[in-house]
Amino acid sequence: MDSCNCIEPQWPPDDLLMKYQYISDFFIALAYFSIPLELIYFVKKSAVFPYRWVLVQFGAFIVLCGATHLINLWTFTMHTRTVAMVMTTAKVFTAVVSCATALMLVHIIPDLLSVKTRELFLKNKAAELDREMGLIRTQEETGRHVRMLTHEIRSTLDRHTILKTTLVELGRTLALEECALWMPTRTGLELQLSYTLRQQNPVGYTVPIHLPVINQVFSSSHAVKISPKCPVARIRPAGKYMPGEVVAVRVPLLHLSNFQINDWPELSTKRYALMVLMLPSDSARQWHAHELELVEVVADQVAVALSHAAILEESMRARDLLMEQNVALDLARREAETAIRARNDFLAVMNHEMRTPMHAIIALSSLLQETELTPEQRLMVETILKSSNLLSTLINDVLDLSRLEDGSLQLDLGTFNLFAVFREVLNLIKPIASVKKLHVSLNLAPDLPEYAIGDEKRLMQTILNVVGNAVKFSKEGSISITAFVTKSELLRDSQTPEFFPVPSDNHFYLRVQVKDSGVGISPQDIPKLFTKFAQTQSTATRNSGGSGLGLAICKRFVNLMEGHIWIESEGLGKGCTAIFMVKLGIPERLNEPKLPFMPKVPTNHGPTAFPGLKVLVMDENGVSRMVTKGLLVHLGCDVTMVSSREECLRVVSHEHKVVFMDVCVPGMDGYEVAIRINEKFTKRHERPIIVALTGNTDKVTKENCMRVGMDGIILKPVSLDKMRSVLSDLLEHRVLFEAI
Amino acid sequence: MDLVQLQRQFVDYRTSLYHEGFLDEQFTQLQELQDENNPDFVVEVVSLFFEDSERLLNELARALEQQSIDYKRIDAHVHQLKGSSSSIGAQRVQKVCIAFRNYCEEQNVEGCLKCLQQVWHEYSLVKTKLESLFQLEQQILTAGGSIPM
Repeated sequence: MDSCNCIEPQWPPDDLLMKYQYISDFFIALAYFSIPLELIYFVKKSAVFPYRWVLVQFGAFIVLCGATHLINLWTFTMHTRTVAMVMTTAKVFTAVVSCATALMLVHIIPDLLSVKTRELFLKNKAAELDREMGLIRTQEETGRHVRMLTHEIRSTLDRHTILKTTLVELGRTLALEECALWMPTRTGLELQLSYTLRQQNPVGYTVPIHLPVINQVFSSSHAVKISPKCPVARIRPAGKYMPGEVVAVRVPLLHLSNFQINDWPELSTKRYALMVLMLPSDSARQWHAHELELVEVVADQVAVALSHAAILEESMRARDLLMEQNVALDLARREAETAIRARNDFLAVMNHEMRTPMHAIIALSSLLQETELTPEQRLMVETILKSSNLLSTLINDVLDLSRLEDGSLQLDLGTFNLFAVFREVLNLIKPIASVKKLHVSLNLAPDLPEYAIGDEKRLMQTILNVVGNAVKFSKEGSISITAFVTKSELLRDSQTPEFFPVPSDNHFYLRVQVKDSGVGISPQDIPKLFTKFAQTQSTATRNSGGSGLGLAICKRFVNLMEGHIWIESEGLGKGCTAIFMVKLGIPERLNEPKLPFMPKVPTNHGPTAFPGLKVLVMDENGVSRMVTKGLLVHLGCDVTMVSSREECLRVVSHEHKVVFMDVCVPGMDGYEVAIRINEKFTKRHERPIIVALTGNTDKVTKENCMRVGMDGIILKPVSLDKMRSVLSDLLEHRVLFEAI
Repeated sequence: MDLVQLQRQFVDYRTSLYHEGFLDEQFTQLQELQDENNPDFVVEVVSLFFEDSERLLNELARALEQQSIDYKRIDAHVHQLKGSSSSIGAQRVQKVCIAFRNYCEEQNVEGCLKCLQQVWHEYSLVKTKLESLFQLEQQILTAGGSIPM
């Protein structure tokens, strides 16, 4: 049979197979056509499918496959050449496209698979991020809680509130069943239950501090899980089935001294309190790390807050204490003032009241003494007089002492003659001493200044008292009084280590030693000597009378004069030495206008005050020479006048007691004469006293005069009285500082 | 004039001298020095003063006429004059002398000349006054009275 494309009879009736093939092809074609439609529909719906052109390709492939199968339908029967042509074309296209698709799929399928992997990876990542987010959220929660807690805790400085608030807030935040605080007791050996959350009044359980579990908690700065059975955790009423977990944390109790910048509490705290937190029982909850962290942070904050509260409490207490003390002191002061006023009033009154009768007694007794009396009467009057004198002295002493005690006594400072004071004392003591056949000697050092500034009356009183004691307590032998200026090496005496005299330019320290050969004092009695009213027990003192105030008063006077007094004795029967040092001022030479004229020495004020005193006057000026001569002649002197230097040197002799020299002529000649005179008379007592007469007393002139060895300066013009007093002073002392 | 009036006149005159500053208390001192042993003490001293001053003033005039003035010498003279006048209590003379010395130090010729004039003037005044005083004294003494102090 040749294959001709003649029309085959339609629908061969016996070909069932052919029929089935026909139907299958039809459905296949249908399916083939619907798949791309579905694909297109869903791809259009999705936005992100990246392989659209693949779809197109795939679609084309499917469509063509479907077309092929569809065209196949026509080939079952007789078909024309056109159909065959179309069929062939379709098949060819289909072949091309399917091969292309096949080739392309090799590339695409791995990609598609990896998309899935990426998706899985992203999902995992998302899960992880979720977890982390959860963590951060939790931490942030914790932080918020801590801040809130801290805020609550730190908003008050009251310790009780702080602790209560802590427990309440912790309980709320962590949903605790019970929360308790154990504080160390005063002894530090026990922990006492101080605060709880639920139980209103903690009963005051105590637990010894050295339990191992407690030590474990104290040694770690973290919150430690402890067993619910340990003593600190057993504070709830029993009866719960499954106790919740318990955590304990230490709370450092800081002291003021612990706050150092660099080492925070670890190193320096010693005392801890214990905070115990219990989760609700029967809840199967666990302590999470963030909760523990929260607890630790809170514990630290509480520690700080407590310290602040402690500091505040401390300062409040101190302030209250000070206020109380202040009030008490004020009261005491007012009482003391009242007492002093009362005493002063009393003394003032007594002073007057006591002295008046005393005065009357003494005066009248002395008057009585002057009258005619029988020997017994005389003896009686003498006794009355002696006793009343003693009493008067006693009254004065007591008065003085009380004034000395409250510091109202002040020294009367003035310039006085030191030598005269000693001489006076000597004069006063000599009669008594000679009666007892005691020999008294006075030794004044050559460098002792003759004049000093101080309280003359009280100095004399002191010296007199000391010397009087020496005489009183000596039955025989001698008393020696020495006075000298303390040199710096001797200023520090081993006896008086706390006394540091400091010499200065216008002060000096006078040291007086009174040595006697009397009964002496035993060493243990020496400290008591200067206390008021205390007397040594020996019978000698009993018989000698006296109130025992004398030395106490002396000590106070000496102290007022910025000095020191003490007594040395080698023992009973070996005599003793009383030594005191006082600070006296040095009178300023040449500058004190009311200086050295001794008012006490009586001068002869008659016209012939200095009879026959040989005086030499040297003055170039005739008129003033004559005036000076007139002055001196009026005073009774035998005056020789010279008008030039050479004449002066020629005439001057040891017969002339005084030389008045005018030096106000410009030029140094006057001074030269003085030098020559000094040279001429080598021995001091032969040399006449040289006095300069000058019209000006400025410093230069004074210095020059001093330098050349003159004994004094007088300012012209000289009045009669001045000349008189100058001459009397000169002859007394052989020195004159200045007379204006 | 009778004695009492004379004495009163004397006292008034003397007081006026003090008031006007011609004399100061140095003069009183001098009078105190006068006693029976020394009856003419004051007159003697004053006369000596007059002699001395005139000599000094002449010297001063001569010295200031020189071409080259020797201020040291002038100063020495004025110093003497000052001393003398203060010794008897001639207060105004003394004051001028002090000023004179200042001009000398400054070497001020005009000043010195002016002062010299003044000194002459004051000196003449005080001389006249004292001479009148002594005359009054003499009159009282001749009248048989005593000098009131």
